[in-house]
Amino acid sequence: MATDSQTLPVTQPVNISRPKKQNWWRIILYIALIVFTLTYMMPFFSAIVTSLRTQDDLSLNGVFSIPQHITLENYPQAWTQGNVNRYLLNSFIITIPALAGAIFLSSLSAFALARYKFPGNRLLYFMYVAGTMLPFQILLLPVFILSNTLGLYNTYWGVIMIHIAFQLGFCTFVLRNFMKTLPGDIMDAARIDGASEWGIYWKIVMPLTVPAIAAISTLEFTWIFNDYLWAIILLQDDSLKPVTAGLSTLQGQFITNWPLIVAGALIATLPTLLVFLFLQRYFIGGLTLGSGK
Amino acid sequence: MAVSSPPLPRKKRKINWTPYLFLLGPLLIYLIWIILPMLYTFYLSTTNWDGISPEAKYIGLKNFSSLFNSLGKRVPSAFEYSLVNNLKWLLVFITIPVAIGLGLAILLNNNIRGDRFFKLGIFLPQILSLPVIALLWNYGVYNPRAGLINSFLIQLGFTDPPAWLADKQLVIWAIIFAAAWRQVGYIMILYVAGLKNVDPLLLEAATVDGATAWQKFWKITFPLLAPVTTIVVVISIIDSLRSFDLVWVMTRGGPANASSVLAVLMYIQAFNNYKMGLGAATAVVLFAISLVFIVAYLTRVMRDEMEY
Repeated sequence: MATDSQTLPVTQPVNISRPKKQNWWRIILYIALIVFTLTYMMPFFSAIVTSLRTQDDLSLNGVFSIPQHITLENYPQAWTQGNVNRYLLNSFIITIPALAGAIFLSSLSAFALARYKFPGNRLLYFMYVAGTMLPFQILLLPVFILSNTLGLYNTYWGVIMIHIAFQLGFCTFVLRNFMKTLPGDIMDAARIDGASEWGIYWKIVMPLTVPAIAAISTLEFTWIFNDYLWAIILLQDDSLKPVTAGLSTLQGQFITNWPLIVAGALIATLPTLLVFLFLQRYFIGGLTLGSGK
Repeated sequence: MAVSSPPLPRKKRKINWTPYLFLLGPLLIYLIWIILPMLYTFYLSTTNWDGISPEAKYIGLKNFSSLFNSLGKRVPSAFEYSLVNNLKWLLVFITIPVAIGLGLAILLNNNIRGDRFFKLGIFLPQILSLPVIALLWNYGVYNPRAGLINSFLIQLGFTDPPAWLADKQLVIWAIIFAAAWRQVGYIMILYVAGLKNVDPLLLEAATVDGATAWQKFWKITFPLLAPVTTIVVVISIIDSLRSFDLVWVMTRGGPANASSVLAVLMYIQAFNNYKMGLGAATAVVLFAISLVFIVAYLTRVMRDEMEY
């Protein structure tokens, strides 16, 4: 049996219960963590510094140098001349209905799958789970053709519909598992009191599911907002593009103005960043809910 | 929980239509936008459709044979590059970000002061969209002269630092590195959540028995985290097979296909070269590779499900 007096090998990681020598380890480890995290965030710092400089200064001296002068000009330029304001608005116009549609429809199927026994229940559940893992490429061409046929190509609704459909799988999966944990007695009691099945779904199960809905909504908001592939497949007009796709246009438009492109990219991160910072708890909850148990 | 048929004096058991009514809307949309398109891609992959002519001619498995016949040539084909790059991506993804994410989760689980700052800093890239990440790395980090790496190397006195995204050997690793940078935070958060379910009493008991931290990790923590690890590995595999955005924005698959992946190849075939049939075949190959892992994961979900 090892005792406390035994010398530890150098590779020993931290152990909470041993005083003194452990303190040194903790300090070294702590410094290492700070250095690691700051290094990890370097691409952000580098981007911020890039966005505050001028193209001439940057291409001459590189980002790893003292800036000759700092300018905020790139942000308003990206916002107006680069059309980032329009692109961001489009992102919201697409994301909000897509999110609402996916949550509502998946709550219906989740309720059916969680609360009723019927032939095909498990099969449908597995179908939804499998669907969450499909590579988008298997749907790309037919959805492109379908959107053309339905007259949805190059409209917001084309993108909204595929988001609703694709996110149904994941949302159903999470909500169904959550609804399965709700106590059945409340529903039976409501049924005895004469509540309709719709009433049970809407007045009893949905209010109880709010925590799960809040969690996946924050997550789904970020996912849909950050989509790029469907936007470039289904939208052609610049005036309709969400910010992810708009940034490519910006990149082409200002090919010799790197600071402006990076400034545009940084503005584009704000909505999801704010959602995450303010709804962090739900966001993380959604991630862990989505990963199973 | 389940609804039994109302106790009416009937002989035959009545079918309860309620769940089907709830499912009607979502299933219809799922059918039209997901299931049928998927099947349609299989059909397209057996045709030579060019996206313009009204008729698509059935050509059997010719698209697939042309893809696979292009393998092993002296100059690698676009398909070979894509396949190999997807494989590299996958192998990196299931090892390096998983190890780093797990390591960070365990460190940060020790009640370290300021753990929220560390978690936030490392998770932050996960919130950004991939095109944004692509631009940040393209201009801020990999830019041949002005980027973080090369301007640092130049300051150090290197006169000819590598052109990260223009070098055929380096380019895919440079992109995978940026992708892994984004992935670590996600994995860390999943492990942080998983560690909450590891009973600290178990670890304390092991400490009392004289177990080293290393032993405690391999004998207690890691086995208890096995379900999280499964999920993490599945997510990493699926993400690496889906990769498109980063490559597309950073390099368009270039230089000379060196950074192409199957998703990018498929896009180029279908939308740039108007070879819809060939593009569909590439998509089917990608799907077939994913299917192995989808099925493996589904079997696990099913096993859990049967325990209810």
